[in-house]
Amino acid sequence: MNTITINGTHYDVKDDELSLSLLEFLRERNYMTGTKNGCERGLCGSCTVALNDKAVRSCITPMAKAVGSTVVTIEGMERPDGTLHPIQQAFVDCGAIQCGFCTPGMVMSAYALILRNPEPSREDIRKGMKGNLCRCTGYQQIVDAVEQAATVIREQALSPRPGCERDGSA
Amino acid sequence: MQTEKAYRNDAYAKVTGRATYADDISFSGMLHAVPVYADYVAAKDLRIDASEALRSPGCVRVITAADVPGSATFGQIEKDYPMFVSGQVRSWGDVCAIVVAETRVAAKAAAALVKIEATPVKPVLGIDEALKPGAPVVPSYGDSNIVTHHRLRHGDPEPLFAQAELILEEDFETQAIEHSYMEPETAVCVPRSDGVVEVYGSMQHPFSTRRFVAALLGEPLSSVEVYTIAVGGGFGGKDDTAAVVCARAALAAKLTGKPVKLRYDREWSFRESYKRHPYRMHYKVGVSSEGQVLAVKATMYADSGAYLSVTPWVTWRSTAQCFGPYAIDNIHADVYGVATNNIFSGAMRGFGSPQVNFAVEQIMDMAAHKLKIHPLGMRRINMVKQDSVTVTGQKLSGHTVSLEDVMNRVVHEIGYRKKYEKCSFGTADGDELYGIGLAISYRGASLGAEGMDFCSCIINGQYDGSILLETGIHENGQGSETTMTLVLAEELGVDLKRIRYRRSSTSVIPDSGTTVATRGTILGGSSVVIAARQYRKLLSDHLAERLRCKPEEVTFHDDKIWGLNYAYSLTWEEAMKELFLQRITPYAFGTFQAPPVSWDDTNGQGDAYFTYVYSCQAVELSVNKKTGAVTLLNIVAGHDIGKAINKAMVLGQMYGGVTQGVGMALMEDFVREEGKTRCLNFDAYKIPRMTDLPEMTGIIIENHDPSSLTGAKGIGEPALEIIAPAIANAVFNATGVRYTKLPIRVQPEDLA
Ligand code: FES
Ligand code: FES
Repeated sequence: MNTITINGTHYDVKDDELSLSLLEFLRERNYMTGTKNGCERGLCGSCTVALNDKAVRSCITPMAKAVGSTVVTIEGMERPDGTLHPIQQAFVDCGAIQCGFCTPGMVMSAYALILRNPEPSREDIRKGMKGNLCRCTGYQQIVDAVEQAATVIREQALSPRPGCERDGSA
Repeated sequence: MQTEKAYRNDAYAKVTGRATYADDISFSGMLHAVPVYADYVAAKDLRIDASEALRSPGCVRVITAADVPGSATFGQIEKDYPMFVSGQVRSWGDVCAIVVAETRVAAKAAAALVKIEATPVKPVLGIDEALKPGAPVVPSYGDSNIVTHHRLRHGDPEPLFAQAELILEEDFETQAIEHSYMEPETAVCVPRSDGVVEVYGSMQHPFSTRRFVAALLGEPLSSVEVYTIAVGGGFGGKDDTAAVVCARAALAAKLTGKPVKLRYDREWSFRESYKRHPYRMHYKVGVSSEGQVLAVKATMYADSGAYLSVTPWVTWRSTAQCFGPYAIDNIHADVYGVATNNIFSGAMRGFGSPQVNFAVEQIMDMAAHKLKIHPLGMRRINMVKQDSVTVTGQKLSGHTVSLEDVMNRVVHEIGYRKKYEKCSFGTADGDELYGIGLAISYRGASLGAEGMDFCSCIINGQYDGSILLETGIHENGQGSETTMTLVLAEELGVDLKRIRYRRSSTSVIPDSGTTVATRGTILGGSSVVIAARQYRKLLSDHLAERLRCKPEEVTFHDDKIWGLNYAYSLTWEEAMKELFLQRITPYAFGTFQAPPVSWDDTNGQGDAYFTYVYSCQAVELSVNKKTGAVTLLNIVAGHDIGKAINKAMVLGQMYGGVTQGVGMALMEDFVREEGKTRCLNFDAYKIPRMTDLPEMTGIIIENHDPSSLTGAKGIGEPALEIIAPAIANAVFNATGVRYTKLPIRVQPEDLA
């Protein structure tokens, strides 16, 4: 049986599920609805999750390819006690959330960005996250949030790892 | 970076993925529906054969107009919009059936088997064609393609053109724009055992949705309950079409007796939902040698598309604000809405003003350039000031007319004067041409004379001291629930933690009109103030004795209720207990009615709006000589919004509005080809990305507005309506070339 690890939990992937997209597997089969579907064609970034620490668009990631990997979704970001991940907290504090539909994808893109570049400039943030569309905010406060999150993680020497990983493996 | 922390009641839910949008809701036994389109732009004798689809595995039912118990067509003004089309197809977005199946995959498979035939007729594809004598008449009602006409007659411009030093005759054109909310339309409907249909939908306006649903079902409004859930953006775009999506799902639920989800693919959303009205505008403007605008004649045509929707209201705003924020004594305007077979046009953030401002704010720069007057001076001479009379004959008094101050603040912040001298005007040493440009506006707040303006609020105190708040304003992502909560906390002097904003349903709170027209804060906020006043009076009357003072001496602050000179106080817990002991319900219901406005349709004169928001936006950019690429370098937006109840949210509205305006100026174009479109997703239809934007600065200017009980006016729409002309002006100052058509696409050969 194929398996996939999502937010620290192992899931069996049935044969008939191999033809689904990762997004369908999350939303339709396992009711993890935090990851959003905005276009289903890989064009908007609403469905972004971290797969083996890289930001991917789950709507165009086939389950056949995703099996065996480790996935973090928005549901896995907060600490087990419900405390927000520093990236999530920065989104709240900076007013980076309006309708919120792009927010889970933005947070996951920011997470992958900070993992590979702990000290991103505003330019790096804009370039690194340009695949994530937001129609509400004009991005300014999102860039603020990612910049602030990276600073907090560095200055307070926090682990950028999400709650699910610290709880499970670390 | 901002230091002050932002507050939103829904931030935690949204940032953790817990917020529930329509597609996140499921019920056991739920069926799935998908729409079926007719691949025609204009056709008659529509025939639908569903027999093969019905035999497809998992297919439960195919629903067409023939199954509709109520009315298959509906609309906000004219009931012409087909929820299920029958007989005649008028646009490529028309839906002729929905297929209901056990799974979404099965529904899509069956939908492909629905056979549709019709006899094509000659479509009317644009404004010119629609106006030609003998053109086919598109609308189902009336006998002309001119579906609305507003006139404005203020003074007499004709004789004054003779006295003008400069006469400009200019044409402008704007494009169709897709709202591009990130969440496509979705509805989940549940047939309840008491006969009521419950609706959970991604829609902007629960009460409008309820009207559409009830009409299709042929049921009274009381048999439809529309719930408020998280909505992934609207921008004016989740009314008619989103409501119809809910109505179709409701009908499917009713006919099958099962919960039904109808979730739109992005492609269907782009194909079917209404767009921003494309405009064609002609202006004749006479200006004195000093820069005084003496006379204006304006004629505009808006492409309404196949259905009327709110075209009469959109074009009304274009009429009332037909020459920007300028006091012109002699001006005539005629604004027409024209029906075509294009996918229809409807409400979008800005609502008829971004188009007009695109023309007017360029005309001001054009005239200044020709007369060799400074663009700021040109504006200063003509702009509205305290007690000015507008083009509709309204005297601007009773609130602070701060336009000049707003412009000065933005000019200062961006350094316009010095930078204007450095503009390239077509010549530069390197490849990059530099330009700075600005635009100003005033915007009538709320609906104005276009509609009935009122809003209700309920405050419901609980035994333990907690408070439930609800209003008739709908959260679309802009943060209105947060705003209302902040207003109540201030009015009652309580901690935010005490208040829970209750998401209402249409069966609970009275109809309070749409959350449109930048009216959420001003109407909703004021209704909270009214209810809070009643609530304080109720509490004062019944607690004064315990506080050993007179009722008028009771005060509310620091999360307590106080007697005279702070000698006695009650916690909210104690106060509520006391009220319940006295058998008094701690409950208040308040309604705010907007101040009166007036309008005379014959001449387009009257007090169009009860107050105005004053705005200025400026932009610096460069244009590459070799490629024509426009790079935005800096944007400053300044708005007098009365009062900022939540600063971070106000700035967010500014940045977001500016960004949508940048899309309108430089990128977005919902292109129709013979009435169809290839713009069906974010590949062919491009909206701004993070890398398309410069760092932005927002300036909040606060002159408390006396007509609003909180002092706040609103920011949603003003933020979007002037960046396009500011960009056009900056492009001219960079290149020396005028672009009068949107979107602006600079070709290298233009610069040769
Ligand atoms: S939903 Fe996957 S990129 Fe848009
Ligand atoms: S907050 Fe609405 S799309 Fe980003």
